[in-house]
Amino acid sequence: MSSTVAGILQISLLIAVLAAVHRPFGDYMAKVYTSDKHTRPEKWIYKAIGANPDSGQRWGIYLRSVLAFSMFSMLGLYALLRFQDKLPWSLGFQPMKADQAFNTAASFTANTNWQSYSGESAVGHMVQMAGLTVQNFVSAAVGMAVAVALIRGFVRVRSGEIGNFWVDLVRGTVRILLPIAVIGTIVLVASGTLQNLADPHTVTTLDGGTQAITGGPVASQEVIKLAGTNGGGFYNANSAHPFENPNAFTNLFEIFLILVIPFSLPRAFGTMVGSAKQGYAILGAMFAIWFVAVVLMTWTEMHGNGTALEIAGGAMEGKEQRFGVPGSSLFATSTTMTSTGAVNSFHSSFTGLGGGITLLGMMLGEISPGGVGSGLYGMLIMAILAVFVAGLMVGRTPEYLGKKIGAGEMKIVALYILVVPATILTMTGIALALPGERASILNSDSPHGLSEVLYAYTSGANNNGSAFAGLSANTEYFNTTIGFAMLIGRFVTIALVLALAGRLAEQRQVPETVGTLKTHRPLFVGTLVGVILIVTGLTYFPSLALGPLAEGLA
Amino acid sequence: MATQTSTRIRVFLAGLRALLVLTVILGIAYPLAMTGLAQVAFPDQADGSKVKVDGKEVGSSLIGQSFDLRDAEGNSTGPDPKWFQPRPSAGSYDPLASGASNYGPENLEFIQLVKDRKAAVAEFNGVTPEQVPADAVTASGSGLDPHISEAYALIQVDRVAKERGLDPAAVRKLVEEHVQGRVIGILGEERVNVLDLNIALQKAAAAK
Repeated sequence: MSSTVAGILQISLLIAVLAAVHRPFGDYMAKVYTSDKHTRPEKWIYKAIGANPDSGQRWGIYLRSVLAFSMFSMLGLYALLRFQDKLPWSLGFQPMKADQAFNTAASFTANTNWQSYSGESAVGHMVQMAGLTVQNFVSAAVGMAVAVALIRGFVRVRSGEIGNFWVDLVRGTVRILLPIAVIGTIVLVASGTLQNLADPHTVTTLDGGTQAITGGPVASQEVIKLAGTNGGGFYNANSAHPFENPNAFTNLFEIFLILVIPFSLPRAFGTMVGSAKQGYAILGAMFAIWFVAVVLMTWTEMHGNGTALEIAGGAMEGKEQRFGVPGSSLFATSTTMTSTGAVNSFHSSFTGLGGGITLLGMMLGEISPGGVGSGLYGMLIMAILAVFVAGLMVGRTPEYLGKKIGAGEMKIVALYILVVPATILTMTGIALALPGERASILNSDSPHGLSEVLYAYTSGANNNGSAFAGLSANTEYFNTTIGFAMLIGRFVTIALVLALAGRLAEQRQVPETVGTLKTHRPLFVGTLVGVILIVTGLTYFPSLALGPLAEGLA
Repeated sequence: MATQTSTRIRVFLAGLRALLVLTVILGIAYPLAMTGLAQVAFPDQADGSKVKVDGKEVGSSLIGQSFDLRDAEGNSTGPDPKWFQPRPSAGSYDPLASGASNYGPENLEFIQLVKDRKAAVAEFNGVTPEQVPADAVTASGSGLDPHISEAYALIQVDRVAKERGLDPAAVRKLVEEHVQGRVIGILGEERVNVLDLNIALQKAAAAK
C-alpha cells in the first residue's frame, strides 16, 4: 500500500471514531454542566475552597473568580519553578531564572504551553507533576467553564447570572478531564509510554559509547497535555520523543485526544441551547476548515517542495520515521488548529506552504475546532459577527439564538476580534525592528526568518504554544513579551466573552419569526466560514505574503 | 459596602484554596497513583522498554543510538562500517538534548548539509546518490528516532556484510525479518529498528 492511500485511510479512521464519539460525549458534557446534583467528593472540594456551589454568579463575579484562580495558579507555578531545587525529585536542577519562570508560569496558566526551556534539562519530576500537570488540567477546565458561561448567556432570560465558576471548574476537572486522563494514561503506558519516577541512568551502548536513559511520570502528563489542548512537552522534543509518543498507534490516539473535546463541545452546546441543529452548524464550520487544512497539509508535505527537501528526496527533516509524512501532517494540522501546540514533527522544517498552513491555523483564532472551550467561544463570537454581517445585508436587527445583537454586543465582539491580531502584529513589528532581537533568528537568510518571529507571537497570543523553533526565544526580551502576549490573548478575551455572556443573559428572548435568519442552515455555515476567512485574511495577509507565501512560491 | 468587600476577599481567597486542593488531587495523587498502577500492570513499558544483551542493559528499543567508531576515551570518530547506521540526529542521540535542527527548507546551510550527507552516505555504502532515501539525509524531530526506512537498511547490507565477512544474502534476510509494517496496516510508515537489527547482526556474526 502506498503512503498516500495509507494516509487517507488513517484520516478516515480518525474521522469515523470522532463521529461515533462526539454525540454521546457531547451530551455527557452538557449534563455535567447543567446537573444540579453534587457528588460527595465534589462537596468536600467546595467545602475546602469555601465556595457555595448553589449560588449563581453575575458575570463580574464569575470573571473575578477566574482571574483570582488564574493569578494564584501563575504565582504558585512561578514559586515552584523558582524554588525547584528545594523540592523532592528535582533531579538536581537549578531554579529557573526570573524571566523564564515568568514566561513559563504565564504560558501554562494561559493554556498556551509555549516552552522557552527544555524539559529534560531544566525541570524536575515534582515541577512536572505538581506544577505543569496541574495547570494542564485546570487551564483547560477554565476554558470550558468560560464557554459554558457564554452558552448560559444565550439560554438564560432576564437573569444576568451565568453559573458558578467554582462548580464549572471542579466539574470540568473531576467529571470530564480526570476520567479521560486516567483511561488515556493506561492506554499510553500499555503502548510503551514512560511512567516512573526514576533519575536518568547511564548505559553502555552496543558500540561501546554511553547513553543516558531518562525517567519520569510522562504518560500521566502526556494525556492531559493533549486532551486539555495544552501542548507542553515533558521533553524538549515534545510528542516527537519516543518516550512520549512511541508508535503510530499512540500517534493517532494522541491526535484523537487533541480533537475529542473540541469536536464534541458543539454537541454539548446544541443540547444546552435546546437545538442540536445549532450545534451541528457550529461543528460543520469547524470541521470544514480543519478538513481542508488536513488535505492541503498532507498534499504539500507529500509533495515535498523546497530546495533542501527536493535534494533529500522527501520532507523528512524534523519528522519521525514511525509516523511518516501523513502521520506528521495530520498531527501538525490538528495541533495548530486546536491551540494545542504539541508537536510530533518540527514545523520550521515543513515545506513553505505547510509551515504557512500551521500559521494560518493559529491565525484563524484557534476556532477550527480550537482549544477546549476557547474554540467554542471563539467560534460563537465569529457566529455573532456572521449574523451581524448577514443582518446588515438584509437590513434587519440581527439576532442569534433568540438574543438581539445590538450595538453593545457588537462592540464587545469587535474588541474580541481585534485584541489578538493587534497584539501579534505590534509585537512582531517591534521585535523585528530591534537588531538585538533579530539576532535570535536562525534562518535569517530567507523569508523564513520573518515567519519565525511572526509564528512566535501568533502562537503565544493565540495560546497555541507550538514554535518555529529556529528562533532562540529564551532571552529576557522574548520571554517577557511573549509572556504578556499569552496573558493578553487569554485573559482579555475571557473578560470580553464573560461580559458578553452577562449582557446576553440579561436580555429577554426574542420570538422567532419568518424573517429570523436560520442559523442552522448550510447557507449560514458557508457565510460563517467566509466571514472567518475574510476577517483573518485581511488582517494577516501582508505578513503571510512576506513570510511563508514568499518562501513557498520561491 | 462591608459585605461587598468581604465577598471580594472571599472570592480572592477561594482562588488560592482551589489551587491548593486541586494541586493535591491532580499534581500529587493522580500522577503517583498512575505511576503505581503502571509499575504493577506494565512494568516493562513504564520503565522505558529496556533492551538487554546477555543480561546487560544496552539501551531502549524506543530510543535510537549511535553506532560509531570510538577512541580510547569513548568519543566518536565517525560512523562504524560494521553496524547498520541510524538517521542523522540534531542532538547526537543524546536523550538529555532531544530535538530537531529546525532548518527551514531554503536555508543555505541546510541545503549544503543535505548535499554533503547524500554524497557521504552514497560513498560510505558504495551506492549511487539516487539510491539514498530521504530518511538517510534528514535529521528526525526527536533526534532519537530509533528507526530507518527499509530502503536505507537495504543499501547498507553489502557494506555491513563485507565488513563482517558475512554472506550478503544472509544479512539481507536479517533486514527483511526486521521490517515492521504499518500498525493495523494503515498507521505510520514501514520501518526497521536499528538497535534490534544490530543486536541480531551481532548474534549472527558471533555464530559464524
